[in-house]
Amino acid sequence: MSKAYVRTNFHEARWDEPMIYELSTPGTRGILVPEVEDEIVAAVGDVAASLPDQVKRKAPLLLPEVDQKHVLAHYIHLTQEAMGSNLSNDLSEGTCTMKYNPRLGETLAMDDNFASVHPAQDDSTMQGVLEIFYKFEQIMKEISGMDRFSFQPGGGNHAVYCAACVMRAYHASRNDVKRDTIITTIFSHPTDAASPHTAGYNVITLYPDEKGIPDYEGLKKAVAETGDHLAGIFMTNPEDIGIYNPNIDKFVELVHSVGGLCYYDQANANAFLGVVRAREAGVDMCHFNVHKTFGTPHGGEGPANGAFGCREFLTKFLPKPTIEFDGDKFYRDYDRAESFGKVREYFGTAGVILRAYSWTMMHGAEGLRECANISVLNNNYLEKLLLSIKGLGEAFQGNGITRQEQIRYTWEELNKETGVGTDDINRRINDYGLPYYWESHHPWVIPEPMTLEPCETYSKCDLEEYYLTLKKVAQEAYDDPEMVIGAPYKSAAHKLANAMDLDDPEKWAITWRAFLRKHGDKYLKVK
Amino acid sequence: MSGKSNIVYPYIPNSVPEIRQAMLDELGMESEEDIYKEIPDRLRFHGKMNLPEPILSEARLQRHVEKILAKNENCKNNICFLGGGVWNHYVPSVCDTIGGRDEILTSYVGEAFSDHGKFQILFESESLLGDLTGFEACNTPTYDWANAVAITSRMACRTTGRKEILVSENIGPERKIINANYCKPDITVVEVKYDYDNKCLDLKDLKSKVSEKTACIYFENPSYLGFIETQGQEIVKIAHEKGALVAVGVDPISLGVLEAPGDFGADYALGELQPLGIHMSAGGGLGGFIATKDEEKFVAEYPSLLFGVLPTVQEGEYGFGQVAFERTSYGSREKGKDFIGTCAALHGMVAAVYLALMGPKGMIELGSTIMQRAAYAKQELAKVKGVKVMEGLSFKEIVVNFDDFGKSVAEVNKALLKKKIFGGIDLTQDFPVLGNASLYAFTEMLSKEDIDALVSALQEMC
Repeated sequence: MSKAYVRTNFHEARWDEPMIYELSTPGTRGILVPEVEDEIVAAVGDVAASLPDQVKRKAPLLLPEVDQKHVLAHYIHLTQEAMGSNLSNDLSEGTCTMKYNPRLGETLAMDDNFASVHPAQDDSTMQGVLEIFYKFEQIMKEISGMDRFSFQPGGGNHAVYCAACVMRAYHASRNDVKRDTIITTIFSHPTDAASPHTAGYNVITLYPDEKGIPDYEGLKKAVAETGDHLAGIFMTNPEDIGIYNPNIDKFVELVHSVGGLCYYDQANANAFLGVVRAREAGVDMCHFNVHKTFGTPHGGEGPANGAFGCREFLTKFLPKPTIEFDGDKFYRDYDRAESFGKVREYFGTAGVILRAYSWTMMHGAEGLRECANISVLNNNYLEKLLLSIKGLGEAFQGNGITRQEQIRYTWEELNKETGVGTDDINRRINDYGLPYYWESHHPWVIPEPMTLEPCETYSKCDLEEYYLTLKKVAQEAYDDPEMVIGAPYKSAAHKLANAMDLDDPEKWAITWRAFLRKHGDKYLKVK
Repeated sequence: MSGKSNIVYPYIPNSVPEIRQAMLDELGMESEEDIYKEIPDRLRFHGKMNLPEPILSEARLQRHVEKILAKNENCKNNICFLGGGVWNHYVPSVCDTIGGRDEILTSYVGEAFSDHGKFQILFESESLLGDLTGFEACNTPTYDWANAVAITSRMACRTTGRKEILVSENIGPERKIINANYCKPDITVVEVKYDYDNKCLDLKDLKSKVSEKTACIYFENPSYLGFIETQGQEIVKIAHEKGALVAVGVDPISLGVLEAPGDFGADYALGELQPLGIHMSAGGGLGGFIATKDEEKFVAEYPSLLFGVLPTVQEGEYGFGQVAFERTSYGSREKGKDFIGTCAALHGMVAAVYLALMGPKGMIELGSTIMQRAAYAKQELAKVKGVKVMEGLSFKEIVVNFDDFGKSVAEVNKALLKKKIFGGIDLTQDFPVLGNASLYAFTEMLSKEDIDALVSALQEMC
């Protein structure tokens, strides 16, 4: 059996790479474009040259000029200076469910019968894509108990926004337009507050009770105060700290009793595939982060998919088109009079759905349940190991509640005793080959947080490596706090000399031109 | 159902029964039910999910999925004249190589010290798009072009403190719907007439509508119908006189030959990333961008993540970080700017690779040769009896009218399909003013032979 160890000899790739602009040599070409035939040139001449002056590009185009080998090498170097979940022990990113993303998904997504399909093709020429959308919708309906799904939202936050739009359309359809407020909880993703707010809603945020569970008494108070202005509630379960809200049906009942709708953000669905469903909780709408729970790559922050599901009485408000099957053919239905509109051009992040369908078909009902089982088991196993580390605790420790698939830990004690905080630990673990871990969404309700989610991808050996590394780094914090604070030393890059400059308009530089204008050649790698 | 079975899943290492048992033993648990006990029984799902039987091996699964995909037609086996926001441009192999690398493909946001290279690629992407559009600030990708329009509307309202957006009536139809929805409930969207005779924005109508209430004017160049707007500077002047901002939607492929919005005085440039080395993937290849001036009043209103460059403690080393993070909803929940989350970062990275490969000469040549193809097609299609091509300055797309052809666009497209040609986008529903018309796109993937095949197919239909 493989044995865990700390990667003391680790060093991340460090190519000391310049900017692509610094590789530029005038006259060099990276790729040639297909020429037009002589007959076309003879027939139409140089069309661009005859454009009126006021529309013609006059300023030089300042793109770099680099040959193909060096473009390729530059970007391979840069990719090597990154850590994806397929190559690292990425149980680090709690709330993100960093799974192994099968290479097979990439093979399928590169198939010409998928990659080279234009979304405006006639339905008759994209029956395969529509079939996959339709079949994946049936799967999602069964997993959640919802009645319909839309795969138009491009991520979880987009799905939450979609939910706010459906909520708005629903209340408007009942001429109940005074409902201008929603409730959420502090341990739900920030977008459960921000997306509805963008859609025009005021936001009330509930804090947890002393055990870390969303406060039912707080909800009662908020509902009473909001009265008939309450549009609905947006909540995650289990919340980002890994505690399942056992009163979820009471929450739903109370919000329903005053005419509000209930939305389930299921970003953390890996905890309960086949164990609980949105339907049994009584909610009206939900979403899954398909890129998290269903094995598709996160792409550095997308493309992703926020599969949005709802009950029958809300389906008429879904974004258009829906994907339908008439018994013979699959088709896109745009003829939906009460749809609130659209959130994305065409009909969804098809590549994510293709990969997720494939991943789900490989697992089936038993395999999905196995994902949940191993995820919660991994999490509890890791918890037991980690809580033995001096200086490390967890949110609401000792409340007697068994955690589900992830945990928000806290380095508060270590910080008090050594001055080393979670940011420092986070940088230092990189010197031992562990990727950046997710600390917490803001605000930090839990001090010096660290949120880990050891989903089914991670082996027992991975969990133990993580434990051994954190234990070693915590000990370093007690022995030599300054050394830890100065980390990282062996990662792809060191820490910023003055990170505060990122908030200074005089110094920040979001593009190379701005960097040159603001800083001249002061920091150039190649002077 | 307990989920216990004899299957060892290759993607679930701890599904090996002995390992699982050892972990349970270590925890003093009988099964995972000792964890799920926190969920009240009334909330549990007691049945077995009624899902299709799994296809456990990759070999069989691949066959299963490929069989379904084989029901699609694609733009390699057919001649594609579809455009409208997604185009069949060439995807260089280098783009596929980089975009498919696990280091970035399977990463998330992370931090720059461990994901330094990913941050640099996204920074370079912002920089290259800034160069293309004539601006010094650019965001990490939005979901798509429509999302970029929608976000820009809200950004401009915050920057100006106004609540009205003017949009050209002929912007992309889906972009129009998405923007209108995103502006609800507090922003008014007013359409400005398009002068279909002169193929430009109706400045008289614009002047009658722009006012001190206007936050921003949004138009597209080239327009959705492919026409090049010749009055960019005048639109900017009219807007700025009223204190309004100007946002221009662009096809980035056009910017080797067309003047960049930043260079004719606009305040924002936005558009679609897909043509920059990203596969169409049935619409899965979308990603948007927004570029603007590097002034705090603009930058502070982005909801998106912005990656900036600064020196590290190591001399000569570039470091990266998130600019003005507190602006975002990650940093400030509902008090942040709109909302942010997972969007389309990978497509931004691939776009960087594409622009680095193309360089200035590549972009200029690509734009020029695309215009030649479109001009040739215009000339040849006009020779077909009953076919009229809308005159005007076009970039990549042209409007073809079949009013006198004796067939509807749908009938034309059906007949073309039999010859393995994907005809243009049917405009009859979204642009009834154009009659029985269709939008044809001409990318570098099309040869003279392909265009001639279209012309012949139409001639045969007469």
